Amino acid sequence: MTAERTKSLWRGALTIVAVLAIYQAVARSGHFAPALMPPLGVVASTLADSLLDGSMFAHAAATLYRVLCGFALAIFIGLPLGVLMGRFRPVENFVLPLASALMPIPSLAWIPVFILWFGLGNTVTILIVFYAALFPLLLNTWSGVRAVNPIWLRAAGAMGATEHALFWKVIIPGASPFIITGLRQSFLRAWVAVIGAEMLAASNFGLGWVIFDAKEFLNADVMLSSLVVIGFIGFITERLIFGSLERATIYRWGMARAAKS
Amino acid sequence: MHDVAQVSDFAASARTEDGPLRRAARNAFPFIVVGALWEAVAHAGLFPARFFPPLETITATFARLTVSGVLPHHALDTIVRLIAGFALAAAFGVAVGIVMGRSRRAEDILLPLVSIGAPIPGLAYAPLFLLWFGPGNVSAVALVAFVSAFPIIYNSWTGVKAVKDIWVRSAHAMGANDRRLFRHVIVPGALPYILTGLRLGLAQAWRILVGIEMLAAVPWGLGWLIFGAQEFLNTDVMLAGIVVIALIGLALEKLVFQRLEQFTVVRWGMLTA
Repeated sequence: MTAERTKSLWRGALTIVAVLAIYQAVARSGHFAPALMPPLGVVASTLADSLLDGSMFAHAAATLYRVLCGFALAIFIGLPLGVLMGRFRPVENFVLPLASALMPIPSLAWIPVFILWFGLGNTVTILIVFYAALFPLLLNTWSGVRAVNPIWLRAAGAMGATEHALFWKVIIPGASPFIITGLRQSFLRAWVAVIGAEMLAASNFGLGWVIFDAKEFLNADVMLSSLVVIGFIGFITERLIFGSLERATIYRWGMARAAKS
Repeated sequence: MHDVAQVSDFAASARTEDGPLRRAARNAFPFIVVGALWEAVAHAGLFPARFFPPLETITATFARLTVSGVLPHHALDTIVRLIAGFALAAAFGVAVGIVMGRSRRAEDILLPLVSIGAPIPGLAYAPLFLLWFGPGNVSAVALVAFVSAFPIIYNSWTGVKAVKDIWVRSAHAMGANDRRLFRHVIVPGALPYILTGLRLGLAQAWRILVGIEMLAAVPWGLGWLIFGAQEFLNTDVMLAGIVVIALIGLALEKLVFQRLEQFTVVRWGMLTA
């Protein structure tokens, strides 16, 4: 590690400490009610309590279950549909206008309608997550399949590849940088949508619900500790899961250049 | 980059090969199919008409609310909030991003804060903002600005960092002072990234604005219209509100995002930053 980087790290750490110290000083100064701006010690002990009695894990599990169900549903429908759109013109002509009309509607706008249709609970949240995650995946898969170099297709055809081999050995790897970008964008949207949906379509579990519910009782410490957990999960999925997925596929297949574009 | 450019070429050629009438018919066809399905389900009586109103009821509600001025008022308030929040985010985000790109010290200090704040979904902050600023416009606009500032900061920072060192050095060698360097080298060099950041920020602002309007109990606004209509089981009002949201979203997409993209593509010969 060079001296320059060490210095950067020190400065970065110093910023975080400074911000925390300022927050602590303001919280302790008594200008604001402690219910609105709890000192860090209170937030930390609330977080520790909720982790120890397992309630935070239960909420996180409920949120993850919803987001994964919706995301899986989006993959299950968006991926094949995107491939079909890229391969067959009539499918594209049918789906693309609908997708471009539905995509600009924020998924959260559907929450009240879905609550009326499906009642409060998991169904609404999962469908909202599905709606949010579907379009980035669909459109990225579609453009990925269309971007597969026609020469590769013709070369594979000339070498006698069957339709099946063509699909698995040429089209899917060729479109993979786009598909992985799509998955990543989809998951980010899904993660935002699940928190919003849990706040509005409140059942009685989930990180979004905890934050919103804490507002009623002015429990800012509970809100801040759930924010920490939400940020932590978001960070882990982004860095670990998608980062390693990218390394395992795009870089291995030597398509990093295309992925950056 | 090359591949993406090719896609848009394909799409362009696909669009120009038929006459405009045929193209319109082709684009309308899926909506007619979906509309017919909707009508069939609505009239079949499987669901109560209150929950699943037929299209003519939705159209009538849309017309009634538009003529009485309720819908335009809601839409106008939503647009004003979007613009106010986004303008704050743009001014603040571009400034912070450029400072971070130019000064090593500012980068070291601010980057940790940006990377901690950015991955938390914007709506998760909503109750905190409501608690601190109270329900209403201040919270809504502040949250929109806060959330959409992140992509703007991030892209402006990347853009300034992406300005080629050799341009800066040759400008220096040719005797440019700091001010000229900034105006004629740094800003044009970083502009494609900054525009990308603004585009992403506006899209993000739009996506969460509707959610915030539902939570923040603002007196007018499309999110509030939809959310309030739920109490009275007015599905037709909700769907009319969603139509307006879709129209505004489409207008943003066609008038702002695609223009910005074309502008950067044409001027700088790049599609994605």
